[in-house]
Amino acid sequence: MSEQTLTLDDHDHHEHGPAKGFLRWVFTTNHKDIGTMYLIFSLVMFLIGGMMAFVIRAELFQPGMQLVDPGFFNQMTTMHGLIMVFGAVMPGFVGLANWQIPLMVGAPDMALPRMNNWSFWILPFAFTMLLSTLFMEGGAPGFGWTFYAPLSTTYAPPSVTFFIFAIHMMGISSIMGAMNIIVTLFNMRAPGMGLMQMPMFAWSWLITAFLLVAVMPVLAAVVTMMLMDIHFATSFFSAAGGGDPVLFQHIFWFFGHPEVYIMILPAFGVVSEIIPTFSRKKLFGYHSMVYALIAIALLSFVVWAHHMFTVGMPIGGQLFFMYATMLIAVPTGVKVFNWVATMFKGSLTFETPMLFAIAFVVLFTVGGFSGIMLAIAPVDFQYQDTYFVVAHFHYVLVPGAVFGIVAGVYYWLPKWTGKMYDESLGKMHFWLSFVGLNLTFFPMHFVGLAGMPRRIPDYALQFADFNMMASMGAFLFGTSQLVFVYLVIKTVRSGKEAAQVPWESAEGLEWTLPTPLPYHTFTTPPVIEHK
Amino acid sequence: MQRFLHQFCITLAFLIPSSVYAAWELNMPRGVTDTSNTVYDLHMLILWICIAIGVVVFGVMFWSIIYHRKSQGAKAAQFHESTTVEVIWTVIPFLILIGMAVPSTTVLIDMYDSSESDIDIQVTGYQWKWQYKYLNEDIDFFSTMTTPKAEIANEQEKNLNYLLEVDNELVVPINKKVRFLFTANDVIHAWWVPELAVKKDAIPGFINESWTRINEVGTYRGQCAELCGKDHGFMPIVVKAVTQADYDIWVSEQKATAQAVAAAANQEWSIEDLVAKGETVYQKNCAGCHMVDGSGLPPAFPALNGNDVVLGDIEKHMDIMVNGVPGSAMAAYGKQLSAVELAAVITYKRNTWDNKTGEVISPADVKAYMSK
Repeated sequence: MSEQTLTLDDHDHHEHGPAKGFLRWVFTTNHKDIGTMYLIFSLVMFLIGGMMAFVIRAELFQPGMQLVDPGFFNQMTTMHGLIMVFGAVMPGFVGLANWQIPLMVGAPDMALPRMNNWSFWILPFAFTMLLSTLFMEGGAPGFGWTFYAPLSTTYAPPSVTFFIFAIHMMGISSIMGAMNIIVTLFNMRAPGMGLMQMPMFAWSWLITAFLLVAVMPVLAAVVTMMLMDIHFATSFFSAAGGGDPVLFQHIFWFFGHPEVYIMILPAFGVVSEIIPTFSRKKLFGYHSMVYALIAIALLSFVVWAHHMFTVGMPIGGQLFFMYATMLIAVPTGVKVFNWVATMFKGSLTFETPMLFAIAFVVLFTVGGFSGIMLAIAPVDFQYQDTYFVVAHFHYVLVPGAVFGIVAGVYYWLPKWTGKMYDESLGKMHFWLSFVGLNLTFFPMHFVGLAGMPRRIPDYALQFADFNMMASMGAFLFGTSQLVFVYLVIKTVRSGKEAAQVPWESAEGLEWTLPTPLPYHTFTTPPVIEHK
Repeated sequence: MQRFLHQFCITLAFLIPSSVYAAWELNMPRGVTDTSNTVYDLHMLILWICIAIGVVVFGVMFWSIIYHRKSQGAKAAQFHESTTVEVIWTVIPFLILIGMAVPSTTVLIDMYDSSESDIDIQVTGYQWKWQYKYLNEDIDFFSTMTTPKAEIANEQEKNLNYLLEVDNELVVPINKKVRFLFTANDVIHAWWVPELAVKKDAIPGFINESWTRINEVGTYRGQCAELCGKDHGFMPIVVKAVTQADYDIWVSEQKATAQAVAAAANQEWSIEDLVAKGETVYQKNCAGCHMVDGSGLPPAFPALNGNDVVLGDIEKHMDIMVNGVPGSAMAAYGKQLSAVELAAVITYKRNTWDNKTGEVISPADVKAYMSK
């Protein structure tokens, strides 16, 4: 990469701070404020979705129905999925992008600041609407976060219409957020920074943003078709009127599979920033990492039907989706090998961000292995819709996406707040989460293989022990997130002053800025000189 | 602290009894068909390949974590970007994947060949039970979970087949190729028996195929594998594999029973008998949504106690029972229940709880309505 030097505009007379009071947050167009709001929103949703997981795991603690009725149990699994995907993980990464992308590419702010404000402020309303369905007559949607028709159309509770509009609002928010990132990255990079000099985090978000722009409209289309089927007597998904319930699944997963990568690619970016810093060594293969990202993104459009191996596709389709899915292992492998090669012969230290990043690489890879197993269509018949799948996607989402966000927060928190977090609390948070999540999700592989279907409120006796273990793990994992909440509050209130570069050998434009960070940064672009 | 530990152990000891009947089952069952055995072998092959890759990759990683730490005085090497290395770690995984794809393709092609079957069974998913129709035998019945509500509510000790037991098992002969034709009546279900390695979605309006050839006599249990609403967890599948001789006996018994049921419809029934039979039918088919006490779960599932239809026009009541309510969860029971059962459950509903109409609907009334 290039050698970087920085010219700071040090006689900035019209510098002004944020407005005072609550209205600051309502009207703000500042990427840092919006980033903060996204991250807080994500954390709140993570805790709400987590409480629903508590209900699920408490009911599954022992065989028999103890706490809730089966209908409410289904509402919990549905809302848990929707809130974690659309409320916790996606806004979490958009929050990181808002904070970091301008800082990392030397831009004064996002390219479209007013739209940025709007795309955030849609979210609280969308999720209020979604959560309000819990209190409606007939209850909240209980058809799973994948909402397969006709369970989600003809057989849905009346609240499904509110669910559809909530999804529309989230989609609008995501598309606007993604366009903003694309425009910023294409137009506002510091002079001298070519695309191939962009930090990995910026690259991962550029690819993610393109995926979002491509597939969120598809999600909007599929929920609109549901709306038509429910209220306007169309039959897109009803065989009685000439439609096809499987059409729903094809459209949904054409959105859904790229969506999976939307939730993981930015985490790849975060980890690709952190591992070199704490290994004190350059990322092994910058170019191949970028190409791998692009390859994963392109492949994500042609593998969707591996979620549907049991719907009765012709064998040709089955084989195509099996081979295409297996191919994804190649670029994903390249990424994992690169992280390991970066660590190899480095000079490693293990601060909290690095711990989360290493756990990310190991456990995401475990999720990748079960992913390869699931790709094998004839064996997938035994895995499909069991707890093995639940184990698989929680391994890529919790130590994958969630650890990616958390690692990023620990890594950049000293820059954002100007304060250093408490390292021993951070390590405690890491170890409790690490033990908790493995205790929760690893046994799910076993009960899944032994034959336990997913989304059931009660189970046969042979699954009892591992379920109890998983529930205990879940309670541990859930409660240990309160350590994180406490840590963040403590850092903001009474953390020690952080150095300008808190990590030895951290590279990137964000570290050239003073700590505490001024409200406006890079009002004059930094100049990047190539060696 | 010690006191806390002590308390914790006592709590744990209190919770553990569930493990008395629970095995620590870790892996996929080998199953009882050639296909399920091949699938198991393939599963283990892929698993071991993944474990081997994991050992190598994590081995290198942990080597670095242990030996290349700064606290041990490690100095960072500055190598990066090597096309040779990149090519190697792109090509090797690709070759491994080809190694996985070849056996997978062979197995899949075999699983898709459902031609030349000996027995054809149409399997229809309902909310929340299965219907089995033997296409060449004129046998047709429903299979519903029999686990008592008291066991689910923890009021009674759970039996060994808790949630995996049904009233009418699917009976098939061993060593015969059985072809299944899957469809559904309402939402999408999935028929899955792990020991047979058969899982296929049952989709309303479409027919999917699959097949099995069971090698051993025995009872094999499975569950619905696609979320299908409130009682998705309570529609198990039980397959009983018997010898050809036992199968023939079973078939003739089924035919005799069918004749008896048809004959019962022509008998005279007293109101007491109808109400008594109606109560059993109600518990099995209706109580899941409309509740044992007829209070329902409005708005999706209306209350039947004091209901206008139940207390009103008999024709309207019979129409809903026989044809269902299109666009709602109320199924058409005309095909699911016999004339006697329909008459009994309608009479029961009109003469129980606070509904005291004193009206008797005979099997003959139902047959007359249905032939209209």
